[in-house]
Amino acid sequence: MNLQKTVKSTEFYVALIILLLCMAIQMKSGQFFTGNNLVDVVRAFSVPAMFCIGEMFVIITGGVDVSFPAIASLSMFFVCSELEEVASNPLFFFLVAMLIGLAVGLLNGVIIARFRFPALIVTLGTSSICFGIMQGVFKSREYPLCEPLKELGEMKLFSATNPVSGLTSNMPVAVILMIVLVFLGWFILNRTMLGRGIYAIGGDVKAAQRSGFNVFGILLFIYAFSGCMAGLIGVLRSTMLLAVHPNNLEGMEMTVIAACVLGGVRMTGGKGSVLGALLGMALLTIVDNSLILLGISTIWQKVFTGAIIIIGTAASAMQTKRNERKLAIKMNEGGK
Amino acid sequence: MSAASLLPITSAAIANKYCVEARGGEEVSDYIIKAENIKKYFGGVKALDGVNLEIKKGEIHCLAGENGCGKSTIINIISGFYTLDSGTIEIDGTKYEKMNPKQAIANGIQVIYQDLSLFPNLTVMENLAINMEVAASRKFVSKARMRKIAEAAVAKIGFKIDLDETVENLTVGMRQMIAISRALLNDAKLIIMDEPTTAITKREVKSLFKIIKQLQAQGIAVLFVSHKLDEVFEIAERFTIFRSGKNVASGNTSELDQNKFTYYMTGREIISSHYEYTRENAQNVLEVKNLSLKNGFKDVSFSLKQGEIVGITGLLGSGRTELAETLFGYHAADSGEIFIEGKKVEIRSIKQGIENGIGYLPSDRVTEGLFLSQPIVDNISIEKWHDYANCLGKIDRTQIEKMTEHWAKELSIALHNIEDPVGTLSGGNQQKCVLAKWLALDLKVLILNGPTVGVDIGAKFDIYELVKRLAKHGLTVIIISDDLPEVLTNCNRVMVMQSGRLVETLSTQGLDESRLAELAN
Repeated sequence: MNLQKTVKSTEFYVALIILLLCMAIQMKSGQFFTGNNLVDVVRAFSVPAMFCIGEMFVIITGGVDVSFPAIASLSMFFVCSELEEVASNPLFFFLVAMLIGLAVGLLNGVIIARFRFPALIVTLGTSSICFGIMQGVFKSREYPLCEPLKELGEMKLFSATNPVSGLTSNMPVAVILMIVLVFLGWFILNRTMLGRGIYAIGGDVKAAQRSGFNVFGILLFIYAFSGCMAGLIGVLRSTMLLAVHPNNLEGMEMTVIAACVLGGVRMTGGKGSVLGALLGMALLTIVDNSLILLGISTIWQKVFTGAIIIIGTAASAMQTKRNERKLAIKMNEGGK
Repeated sequence: MSAASLLPITSAAIANKYCVEARGGEEVSDYIIKAENIKKYFGGVKALDGVNLEIKKGEIHCLAGENGCGKSTIINIISGFYTLDSGTIEIDGTKYEKMNPKQAIANGIQVIYQDLSLFPNLTVMENLAINMEVAASRKFVSKARMRKIAEAAVAKIGFKIDLDETVENLTVGMRQMIAISRALLNDAKLIIMDEPTTAITKREVKSLFKIIKQLQAQGIAVLFVSHKLDEVFEIAERFTIFRSGKNVASGNTSELDQNKFTYYMTGREIISSHYEYTRENAQNVLEVKNLSLKNGFKDVSFSLKQGEIVGITGLLGSGRTELAETLFGYHAADSGEIFIEGKKVEIRSIKQGIENGIGYLPSDRVTEGLFLSQPIVDNISIEKWHDYANCLGKIDRTQIEKMTEHWAKELSIALHNIEDPVGTLSGGNQQKCVLAKWLALDLKVLILNGPTVGVDIGAKFDIYELVKRLAKHGLTVIIISDDLPEVLTNCNRVMVMQSGRLVETLSTQGLDESRLAELAN
């Protein structure tokens, strides 16, 4: 029974596709399961994966947040350019970035939860405002990373060297934070009543209200959480790149949303798991990072990513349709 | 019949039980709830104008009335969601001038809304337990505790269900059971069910009634909101009828009959007559031979004459809707032939369906039949836009307005302005708009799928009269319906479908309702 359910789930299919893709790449190039390639994949995976957690919270309630790249960029650029002289403790940088993210997230949350405005439009607005402030007020440009953060960025857990090519890749410390955040996301969604509330709102807002959930509070929380995490991740991203690229994250929102949907998070709300979203992101990362190992030109990567998104979402949509048909049959048989 | 005659005895026994307790205790009322002279205004509009509602302990009470009569308003007042403007509510002998939802729940009042207030994306277990867990201000989820609560809830009415199934995979009947057992968790004394039978099949209605009786045996009162007379007779002991925010009648259901009931609800005398089909030698308008659709229906053959009204009945999922949709061109049949007026035709798209003179009124008018936010005039005229557009595609507004006004008058659609969104109309008037849209075309066959679901009695009879008038003028009508009396009085023939097959075609002349019910199930 449980095995059957597992086999039918979106997560299972995505995992299967990842596995097949990895095998194909390995067979063609022999380079996939090498230490440095795996480290590279994890490196590329970590930042978008963290964004996935915040985004999936929002999507499960039936909303969408497209402002996190802007929030991340703004807070990243602000702390790196303005606090360089003021502080030396890297924690302080993170704290300020998180506060900026929290403020914008709260603004999103209040407007969306209080006035029930469409989340897409509101976050599109705050996104534009954040980029505007960054470019206009702080005159954003490529910027060298300040010392305290640079030290943090140069720290590594371990490094892996490819014996054939001699290339070395470092596992960044940020991976630990990713693991913590993923666990936190999983814990909130599955083990707390807050998490049940998030699913409940996505299922039926009115019913959630009648059940006694604090709908306003929960919505406020998820947008604030998404914003706060975006601030943190923004600074983390700059430590990994060892420089501040203000426009580096632009467009990330679409990849993250696509990964969530691919992993079975329902756009209309109510459904989705942390595992699914992460698998979706993993698939997109591997396609993005490793197609070159298959001898496919980088120009075609975008085409592949697009195709995978369409095929993946179509597959889960068809799954839903098949279930509906089954329900009709069940009703029919029940009537006999 | 025997069940009905037993009813008063059981209720009397329960009433006795309470009387004994009343004598023993201090001051206990016979009534679980007594609402007196309740007034409620929304802005300047009177929703309730001094109504009374009294429900005895452990009785099944029916509240009936047309849409907008104040039924939902009184429910929301009793459950504490609306504050009343004047009047008193007495629960179990204690008077309340103001009441909030928490107090109502603490007093054992539970409402099962029409939409059931379930979370389709969560499991049965979570749906059953979540209210209790939120009420207890839990911070963390405990599967074991939730399962315990869920098992206790299911045990209350004793039905079998997989607690780990997701609710969206269940039938509406099952969902209703979940909502009922969830309501019972809070030591309910009065359960209010808001039109619980609108979305479920006959069979599910039966098991629902069984459960309602079971609740009564446990001493729980049920307020049953419905406007279906047969149900009121079957289940309720006493009734209250509202019209336009006022009480019009209340008493024992045994004193009620069809004509009185309709009169109380609508304020007018309505006599329904059986449809007599008189043109036995008319030509065949629609003939279907061995029509099949995969996962829909198989080998369906029949022929309809001009001016006939033919009913199709059968359970949900029997293929009746798929058959109608195939005739209309929404699905393309896998095999079989369709003849219109003796000529073989291809109907593989809706466009072809309409070209061949077939119109279809879908079962869900809100999502399939109307553009709710668009003006009435556009909704009625949409199928005729081609005829009223000039070579640049500009539509002649005065022409379509004239046409709309003509049909609004013809079908007596109650509207203020034809530019109002069609969503502002009542269910019955919306349905008339869908009808008007089709009648504006020169149809040969009109298929009506559940034409009176969620429609007031008054508007229902208007629709019946209209359909009969049209048939007299030569339109052939197919009515797909669960409502057997509707089929029996308005159709001259009825076809019964079962698991995708047409199993029986009968003349309604002298056909007994119970015989038809037997065939259909």
